[in-house]
Amino acid sequence: MARTDIGPPHYQEMLPPVIKENYGKWQYHEILRPGVLKHVSENGVVVFTVRAASPRLVSVDFIRDVADLADKFCGGFLRFTSRHNVEFLLTDEHQVEPLITALAAKGLPVGGTGNSVSNMIHTQGWVHCHTPATDASGIVKAVMDELYEHFVEMKLPAKLRLALACCINMCGAVHCSDIAICGIHRVPPTIDHELFAKVSETPSVVAACPTYAIKPNPKTKSITINEEKCMYCGNCYTMSPAVNIMNPANDGVAIFVGGKVSNSRKPPMFSKLAIPYLPNNPPRWPEVTEAVKNIVHVWATNARPGERVGEWIERVGWERFFKLTGIPFTDKHIDDFTLAPTTFRSTTNFKY
Amino acid sequence: MTDRKTPLLDELEKGPWPSFVTEIKRAGKKSAKAEDLLGQLEKSFEDKTGYWKHGGIVGVRGYGGGVIGRYSQKGEEFPNVAEFHTVRVNQPAGWFYTSDTLRKICDIWEKHGSGLTNLHGSTGDLILLGTDTSKLQPCFDDLSDAGFDLGGSGGGLRTPSCCVGPARCEYACIDTLDVTHEITMAFQDYIHRPMWPYKFKIKVSGCGNDCVAAIARADFTIIGTWRDAIRIDDAAVKAYVDSGMDISKMVVQKCPTSALEWDATNGKLTLCAEDCVRCMHCINVMPKALRPGVEKGASILVGGKAPVVQGAMLSWVIVPFMKLEPPYEDLKDLITRITEWWDEHGKSRERLGELIYRKGMRYFLRDMGLEPTPQMVMAPRTNPYWFWWPEEVNKG
Repeated sequence: MARTDIGPPHYQEMLPPVIKENYGKWQYHEILRPGVLKHVSENGVVVFTVRAASPRLVSVDFIRDVADLADKFCGGFLRFTSRHNVEFLLTDEHQVEPLITALAAKGLPVGGTGNSVSNMIHTQGWVHCHTPATDASGIVKAVMDELYEHFVEMKLPAKLRLALACCINMCGAVHCSDIAICGIHRVPPTIDHELFAKVSETPSVVAACPTYAIKPNPKTKSITINEEKCMYCGNCYTMSPAVNIMNPANDGVAIFVGGKVSNSRKPPMFSKLAIPYLPNNPPRWPEVTEAVKNIVHVWATNARPGERVGEWIERVGWERFFKLTGIPFTDKHIDDFTLAPTTFRSTTNFKY
Repeated sequence: MTDRKTPLLDELEKGPWPSFVTEIKRAGKKSAKAEDLLGQLEKSFEDKTGYWKHGGIVGVRGYGGGVIGRYSQKGEEFPNVAEFHTVRVNQPAGWFYTSDTLRKICDIWEKHGSGLTNLHGSTGDLILLGTDTSKLQPCFDDLSDAGFDLGGSGGGLRTPSCCVGPARCEYACIDTLDVTHEITMAFQDYIHRPMWPYKFKIKVSGCGNDCVAAIARADFTIIGTWRDAIRIDDAAVKAYVDSGMDISKMVVQKCPTSALEWDATNGKLTLCAEDCVRCMHCINVMPKALRPGVEKGASILVGGKAPVVQGAMLSWVIVPFMKLEPPYEDLKDLITRITEWWDEHGKSRERLGELIYRKGMRYFLRDMGLEPTPQMVMAPRTNPYWFWWPEEVNKG
């Protein structure tokens, strides 16, 4: 019988000696090249970080591979970043290049620092989620193949943070990313009334609807959905397996832009709708990769040094964003949820 | 290993970015579960839809969370993924590992599961993807023997996570790893036995750069900050300028509150500390020359969440500055009071931010014993629709 409530291993047991000795004493850092950081402590001690990409969905043999590299180059220690990258911490600068070579031999590029695109935060998609409107790992692989140069180089105006959520639950900070890909449904769910009566908790399903589109139906011991009010969020589906929101002919992705979580310069910003629908087109989702590349290209071409996507759009204006990217502006872009009036333009100041 | 054909997924083995398909295939050489996952995923790619059922109630003895039940809709076609449950393993704070620790996890997961993992899930857990109901308890027993425990799921405290913090970042104003570990240990019961209206997330970032997106994702957001002035090393500033950096354009003009002035004649950068909002921009651009002040602590914010149900929210300030020192009793006490209040008043699937929005900040602040301060709002209200407490008026 397992011991319970022991919690995770204490972090101190996992820290390399150089980190333990200089914990809280770091003074500054510099980026030596894409994917390689140099941190200097108040004691004058230097640690080099090599940041490598990972597909996030990995086999145990992948983990053993990176563990072996940690043994060979870093005294048996390694860490992972909040964006799924693997980081190796070295004390000997001469080991940096051999490590990068060894990583390259495993097909793992080094980058994701400074003014680059880092690894994409993403969800499970068709690999393991029960509510996906699209896949996750597949689109991420297709997009990162296309943006690869921006991971291994640092030539963008600012950092670029991409994320993907396979439905509007938005696991991960998709709602605050420079460019966010979000799986969406486009038609109301169908209800298996017989099954609903057997397996569902009616009040929970009714309460799950953000637009109050669901009413109990005492006759069928099921529910009715006001299809005019339904915006296909799938929340009711999460509450009851008898409500089916999946619809391969209509499901796809939307693209949001201009979000960030950092407080640097401007406060954190939500991502805002750029493209309301692109089709699911596996295995490489060409419409999605083209759309992302276009936005990155237009931003990189037009932004001033240091401007994140959202800061650039705020400066040039959304009207210019849609003009420059060639993305059509539609009625879908105009909010009609709870805080909609705060997004309407209550000024005569605008551009053409 | 079968001779299964996966032409669509094979396309995703091409290209320079490391491929998850290659990883599933690697695991598939040793695991029939991973092999059948590949088959079902190829079918999803063909049909453009997912094939997993709703989660069922599965778990390990003594816990109500930590395992996500997952069953295939295509169990007859892919019998080895008929049951394909996820085990969430609580990561060490800051995601540091020894290679031997990781190898132990690998051995356990090869023995009891598909050999497929996520390093890491969005919340921060080390995710073990795909095992049978019958293997859950033995897997947990082995994980426990190896010094690991499960993370959170369902309506309870989700596994807290943090940035790299003082372990390797000069910006860290608080010990993010220690705070995270201490909170995790103090609230084990709420992680393992979910009993709240919905999920509750705590995330800890060492500075306003917020590398774990605490402000966007956490119901309870801890962000390191300082109260005094940014420390300026004049010689190092000059070195940046001498090396060609346009300090006026890249630093001074980008300061959101115009708190910086650059005297080009004398090569002197001055800060009006009262105007500084500690956004981190100038420090990010000149880390060798500028450092956070020395009176460090954290800002506490609450209410952050993704869209479901009532729309996405960013956390908002409730405690502008709190000293964070072990054993963090003030912090733990605040978390306890807030979660108890939410548990008492919250409706099913109502996150803390939505509850505060529904009831009004004034109730939240009063019940928490927090004094209203201007730091809590972007601006005061513009409408005349406010309430008075009964004791504030003369009911004569």
